[in-house]
Amino acid sequence: MDRALRRKLANYVFIGLCVIGTAIALGALALILWSLFSQGIGGMNPKIFTMDTPAAGSEGGLRNAIVGSILMCGVGMIIAVVVGILAGTWLAEIGGDTTYGHIVRFLNDVLLSAPSILIGLFVYELLVFKSNPLSLGHFSGWAGAISLAILATPIVTRTTEDILNLQPNALREAGMALGASQFTTIRSIIWKAAGSGLLTGGLLGFARISGETAPLLFTALGNQFYNGNLSQPMASLPVTMFNFALTPYEDLNKLAWAGALLVAVAVLGVNILGRWLAREKNAGH
Amino acid sequence: MSAETKSPRFDPTDPIFRWVSFGAATLLLVVLGGLIASLVYGGWPALSTFGLEFFLKFKDCPAGHGGHFCIDTPWNPVTDVYSATAPIVGTIVSSFLALLFALPIAIGVAVFLTQFCPRALAQPLSTAVELLAGIPSIVYGMWGLFVFAPWFAKTIQMPLMVAASQDPTSWGAKLVAGIPNGANLFTASIILAIMVLPYMASVFRELFRSIPAQVREAAFGVGATPFEVTTSVIIPYVKQGMIGVIMLGLGRALGETMAVTFIIGNSHRFPKSLFDSSSTIASTIANEFAEATSDLHTSALVALGLILFLITFTVLAIARWLLSTQRY
Repeated sequence: MDRALRRKLANYVFIGLCVIGTAIALGALALILWSLFSQGIGGMNPKIFTMDTPAAGSEGGLRNAIVGSILMCGVGMIIAVVVGILAGTWLAEIGGDTTYGHIVRFLNDVLLSAPSILIGLFVYELLVFKSNPLSLGHFSGWAGAISLAILATPIVTRTTEDILNLQPNALREAGMALGASQFTTIRSIIWKAAGSGLLTGGLLGFARISGETAPLLFTALGNQFYNGNLSQPMASLPVTMFNFALTPYEDLNKLAWAGALLVAVAVLGVNILGRWLAREKNAGH
Repeated sequence: MSAETKSPRFDPTDPIFRWVSFGAATLLLVVLGGLIASLVYGGWPALSTFGLEFFLKFKDCPAGHGGHFCIDTPWNPVTDVYSATAPIVGTIVSSFLALLFALPIAIGVAVFLTQFCPRALAQPLSTAVELLAGIPSIVYGMWGLFVFAPWFAKTIQMPLMVAASQDPTSWGAKLVAGIPNGANLFTASIILAIMVLPYMASVFRELFRSIPAQVREAAFGVGATPFEVTTSVIIPYVKQGMIGVIMLGLGRALGETMAVTFIIGNSHRFPKSLFDSSSTIASTIANEFAEATSDLHTSALVALGLILFLITFTVLAIARWLLSTQRY
């Protein structure tokens, strides 16, 4: 065969394989989204928001799980944003170039991708297991919130450092030229200029933790009843989905799909919002 | 004179701020240190009770067995004997299978998006792939449990097993033996693959886009086809980064809990075939930890967690190192 023809053919085969691969990937993901929406909307009704998780065979909703998820994610995010922004600022503005800074950055990356179930084990040993003076001695919403905070903090730290590194040095010099202290420069100039980027980091962290199941299984455990008290075991959407999906009862499976749709829509919404904020900022430059 | 000793820039909040932010950065290290310490502390009873047998336990071979040694894989809360071999093997095999399925497709998607895709379509498709990477893994797991496993059992596993029953001693029959309920090592690997796919595809795309346009244009300029540009210029250029991304994907697959727990079948023995039920470290912990019956059972599960941590830490450390030294 002619060499040029052979090269052309190889190229067409390659393009074909790439297109097929993309079609398989998008097809599989479209199938998942289709199941999610068709099954989830089937289980969706106002009772989801007004009634608590039922026993099999009786009517119910997901109110306690939704409230638990919001409470634990909220508390987790407050901790993660405070610690993450401070740590990220330290890495970007103060100590990032020292050996210690390199170690912190590397281990933050490790923590960022550590299996989430191990975070659950850690918090169990720290706050749930009885033989420990710090421990509450039982499953609690606090333990769940702390697990989620540990998952979100490395994300916030990472994005904070990245965003602050993007700020032009002229801003820092401008602050110094005005005689402002380092803290004032960071607080009123750098953080302000990076505002929407910091928000994006927070939103990405929130999107990550709002669907996390594994670290909540043996920290917050779950609760059949409505509970707004973080020192008691607390229901959450993902854990409720997990438990209900594994039951043989169709009505509970339906609730699990409805919960999955709620979580997925929340995660997608927050992700899209974060991207939109980041893009607005870039367009403004 | 006071202007020299006390600069106008001096602000007492400065050192406080430095120390507080330093404390926040240090807190991250404390958490990681605490994580390791708690896994070692909690897993120690099991590790010291079983010693090396926790990792590898031999037993007397049954009569008629041709091999020289046989591995025992006990996981028995009643007799309180545990061995980590089966979950470790299940974790590694399912992750490697998942990468095997996901890798060619992820590369295909990334190449398609950076090279062949019409411009108007490339941006929305890329955004879609990135958004899908953020879908919680429990959603993938539920889809696997309710949709994929029943479909797989009915349309693939049953016909294959019927075909294999013609000749039960062939290697093909051994490969597909199992309970036809769709909950097995193979389906779990496929769900894992679908879950890591968007993540890997979007990072590959970033990597391919980071290549300077001149490099690519130079290759096209000497008359190379897109296939040749991809295989001889683009992939060699970012080879190290690609290996890093593969390791990151592996790290995700190894530690993934929810996508696997639903569908792997959760049996603590070596999978005898591709369609046999199995378990991973993460699925074992997720299933048993809250209901662990004895202290030794809890400890064995924490020790499993420690092993998982060591495996993923090694993989992730290599990945980060490869990615940080990748030239751009």
